[in-house]
Amino acid sequence: MTVDRRTALKAMAGVGAAAAAGSAVSLEAREKRVAPPDALGMLYDATRCIGCKACVVACKDANNMPTDWDPQRLYDYPTDLNGKTKNIIKLYKEGETVSYVKRQCMHCIDPGCVGACMIGALQKRDHGVVTWDGDRCIGCRYCQIACPYEIPKFEWDKAVPKIVKCELCKDRKDKPFNPACCEVCPRQAVVFGKYSDLLEDAKRRLADAPDLYEPKIFGEHDGGGTQVLYLSKAGVPFEALGFPNLGEKPVPETAQKIQHGVYQGFITPAVLYVILGAVIWRNRKGQSAEEAKP
Amino acid sequence: MGKPRGIPYDRVRPREGGEDGGGVQRRDFLKTCTLAAASVGLPAWTAKVWAENAAKGLKPSVIWLHFQECTGCTESLLRTSHPKVAELILDLVSLDYCETLFAAAGYQAEEALHAAMEQNAGKYICVIEGSIPVKENGIYCKIGGRTALDIVNDVASKAGALIAIGACASWGGVASADPNPTGATGAPEVLKGKTVVTIPGCPANPYNFLGVALQYATFGTLPALDELGRPKFAYGRVIHEDCPRRPHFDAGRFVQQFGDEGHRLGYCLYKMGCKGPATHANCSLQRFGEVEAWPIGIGHPCVGCTEQSVLWKMPIHSTVEITRPTPPDVYPEIHGKQGKVGAVATGVAGLVGGALIGAGLMAAKKVAAEPEKEK
Amino acid sequence: MSAHLEATPVGGPILTRPFKWLLAVFGVGVLLLAWRFLAGLGATTALNDGYAWGIWIAFDVVTGTALGCGGYAVAILVYILNKGVYHPLVRPAILTSALGYSMAGFAIVVDVGRYWWIYRIPMRFWQWNLNSALLEVALCVMAYVIVLWLELSPAFMEKWKVEAPLPILKSLSTALHPVINKLMIFIVALGLLLPTMHQSSLGTVMLLAGHKLHALWNTPFIPLLFLISVIAMGYAVVVLEGSLASHFFKRERETEMLGRLSGVMVVVLSLYLVLRFADLIWRGALGAAFTSGWMSVFFWIETALSVAPLVMLASKAGRLDPVVQFRAALFMLLGGTLYRFNSYLIGFDPGEGISYFPSVPEMFITFGIVALEIMLYIVIVKRFPILAGAPKKA
Repeated sequence: MTVDRRTALKAMAGVGAAAAAGSAVSLEAREKRVAPPDALGMLYDATRCIGCKACVVACKDANNMPTDWDPQRLYDYPTDLNGKTKNIIKLYKEGETVSYVKRQCMHCIDPGCVGACMIGALQKRDHGVVTWDGDRCIGCRYCQIACPYEIPKFEWDKAVPKIVKCELCKDRKDKPFNPACCEVCPRQAVVFGKYSDLLEDAKRRLADAPDLYEPKIFGEHDGGGTQVLYLSKAGVPFEALGFPNLGEKPVPETAQKIQHGVYQGFITPAVLYVILGAVIWRNRKGQSAEEAKP
Repeated sequence: MGKPRGIPYDRVRPREGGEDGGGVQRRDFLKTCTLAAASVGLPAWTAKVWAENAAKGLKPSVIWLHFQECTGCTESLLRTSHPKVAELILDLVSLDYCETLFAAAGYQAEEALHAAMEQNAGKYICVIEGSIPVKENGIYCKIGGRTALDIVNDVASKAGALIAIGACASWGGVASADPNPTGATGAPEVLKGKTVVTIPGCPANPYNFLGVALQYATFGTLPALDELGRPKFAYGRVIHEDCPRRPHFDAGRFVQQFGDEGHRLGYCLYKMGCKGPATHANCSLQRFGEVEAWPIGIGHPCVGCTEQSVLWKMPIHSTVEITRPTPPDVYPEIHGKQGKVGAVATGVAGLVGGALIGAGLMAAKKVAAEPEKEK
Repeated sequence: MSAHLEATPVGGPILTRPFKWLLAVFGVGVLLLAWRFLAGLGATTALNDGYAWGIWIAFDVVTGTALGCGGYAVAILVYILNKGVYHPLVRPAILTSALGYSMAGFAIVVDVGRYWWIYRIPMRFWQWNLNSALLEVALCVMAYVIVLWLELSPAFMEKWKVEAPLPILKSLSTALHPVINKLMIFIVALGLLLPTMHQSSLGTVMLLAGHKLHALWNTPFIPLLFLISVIAMGYAVVVLEGSLASHFFKRERETEMLGRLSGVMVVVLSLYLVLRFADLIWRGALGAAFTSGWMSVFFWIETALSVAPLVMLASKAGRLDPVVQFRAALFMLLGGTLYRFNSYLIGFDPGEGISYFPSVPEMFITFGIVALEIMLYIVIVKRFPILAGAPKKA
């Protein structure tokens, strides 16, 4: 009994040490991702939005989305982004303070969903836009777990389901990568353009009228940065609009550092395999020697 | 072009430079032309072109055919008196054949038709009012011994432009309602292959007709048409899109019964059967009858009189499907609700989980008992 | 090293009353599965966009594979630490593992929405996202299922060499048995490498949830904790399965061996608990264990279930008492299961207003899969030489 427990203790210590070493060593530097030079994005200015929902209708039209019917079949009434809705306007109201907020994919610079997807169905493709490839996706929904903004939505009501989210109108007929929402906005509350230009524009707006805005551009650094940037009204913090408090660390950083630390070049598993094989072989030799004894 | 003007009209308007004195007439005429241009959506400078052409006597010929119709479209046109557009049109064009307005009849009328066709071949505007029966070779409508079918094919063959005014001429109208015993058909279907501008409506909105006619008269061109031949400037949107009661629809304020409080307050008539969402027309913007009247404005749901799939097919007071739904006048919350904890499911989970754990703990005793040994 | 006790088929009829009950549960599961595939996931489950993973992942896959680590845990003892005394436990443990992992794999096919592309995961290596912990889990699990059945194949081949329902099985078994035996060392080594990789990565997977995973479970050491707890669970499964099998199939009860195994489990469990709390203290998250409302409650239940076996098995008498062995193993499994449920489901908060509780069809599909697993275990154990310690004839 004592022998067994001692041996067990030794073995566990060994395994534990190996894994711990793996975990600790892994937290090495991971390259910081930046937006590609031709990155496209959007800038949404909540101080200009009047909540007309023209962008919601335009997105549905441009992307041939099905209607999210209310029970009376009168309206298209999504209560959140979902398998039928890639873009939505929500209302924040607290006493006298009112703000609209447009929600759709943030097209992160270092996306959690892209880091999650086993087979690269979600990737940053042309212009840094995060797009979904139905030829690869197996519908495992890990992307839904990984996205801090809860953006990828699943078609739960279909036998052949897709993952649904804004793809910056990449397939828009005659006007690819020309988002319908920006085209139709009557007050230019959401505008489209080169990411670098939009970031500059956002900074300029903050500098020109600091009393109008919350002193932050959401997406500049959050979660590693996003290609869709947000400006909020003064007095309406981004948390109130439903944005998580992410800090600057890219979403997939921790998990990937650990994975790479242990599996870099597949060295650790290969070495471990050889060690295991050697130990088993040595024990077997010992066993047959024992069995050979009378 | 020195063509004889043919049979005089019922209505005669003092001419420019006539008995009442030139200057005042000319100013009034120009003003009226300008108003007319505005009301049919043409730029103001076309008024000058018209005035000049009229002075020179350059007027395009119009041949107006009547078939299976109630003459409502003509009457609707003649009710445009503010401005005096109807009179204006009669000054700006040469109405060379029109059974409603002609003083003459019989052989004289038919001769006028023949003469107009000969002299303006390839240039005249052929207006068709009323449907064309096609059953049994079209015997259900005959004028001067000829079937409507023959007449329309003949006149249309030499026309410069073809305009079908009213639902009947556009797609068959009331005569084509089930069981359509005469085989009433719209002009576009009879004149297959030809470009026929259709101005559906029952009656058609006269300004839609005037816009097309005046454009052709002035520029020799037709406005952009959709796949049914309807000018897009008038029929490009559905009533629902431009309805003044739309905010009531979006906010869910509906008339539930004729005469109720909502009806008095002018709420949306969708639940009373308004076909606005399915009807292409501009009635809410370009009203009728010179008093800005239109059906929804006076509290009755739109019956879809421009649409072949609606009028005479759908009951007036049954609701129509919304084919292009838009969000209502409410907003989703920042944090939407998803999922719920079902009572039955919780019960099942509790029962099964509890049973398994309980059974497991109890089973320990049973399992621990040594099996019967041979020893 | 003691002599190998020979493994023999249990024999006896398959269609017993309990088996028929299992068949009924499985039947219901099959009908519900048909509905799931025809109508989609929304119709049969309570999953939503916030809680995209439910019990089919948290239980059938994550806990199911953990429960299927009996083979892994015993293999460490027998093949690495050279404790041949545990050898009779290997085959039944590998069978449980093979069935457990196969059922987990089946559950994955049921759970994913676009299952028709699943074959592309192992085949299209040029499309692999090597950054994804889940890819590694998927590939390792697929490989491990194959390894487990290969490790188990001698049990089938031993019987089919002598008598087989089809002549081809007999000839294949005769030809392949020596080959497999020769390759066994490579197969067993893989069977030790693969679970080490994917059971720890199952922990890493949830790190991508970021702020959505509660501080009490959200640690960079989660892969280590998952690995160590799964080894402890593996021993618990063997104790449980060994006790149940010897009772139901009237075999000699290996109380002493299971007692020693319980002792090993205590060591591993202690290591797990030490690391668990050290991690909480080091991250400054221990306070959260008292101030997090329901999360605190679930944390302490999980901890209690993991501590109970230590207390129960502290004394040698306790370890040798079959009732205590059984109950301690049960608590260990419940504790390990709750740790996984907490990491994947209960400690996962996608945002305000979003909730999840499995629907009845969702639960019954799981029951059906478990019933199938048990039925297959019974059939294989009764017809093939898996269990040792057959009652001796007079």
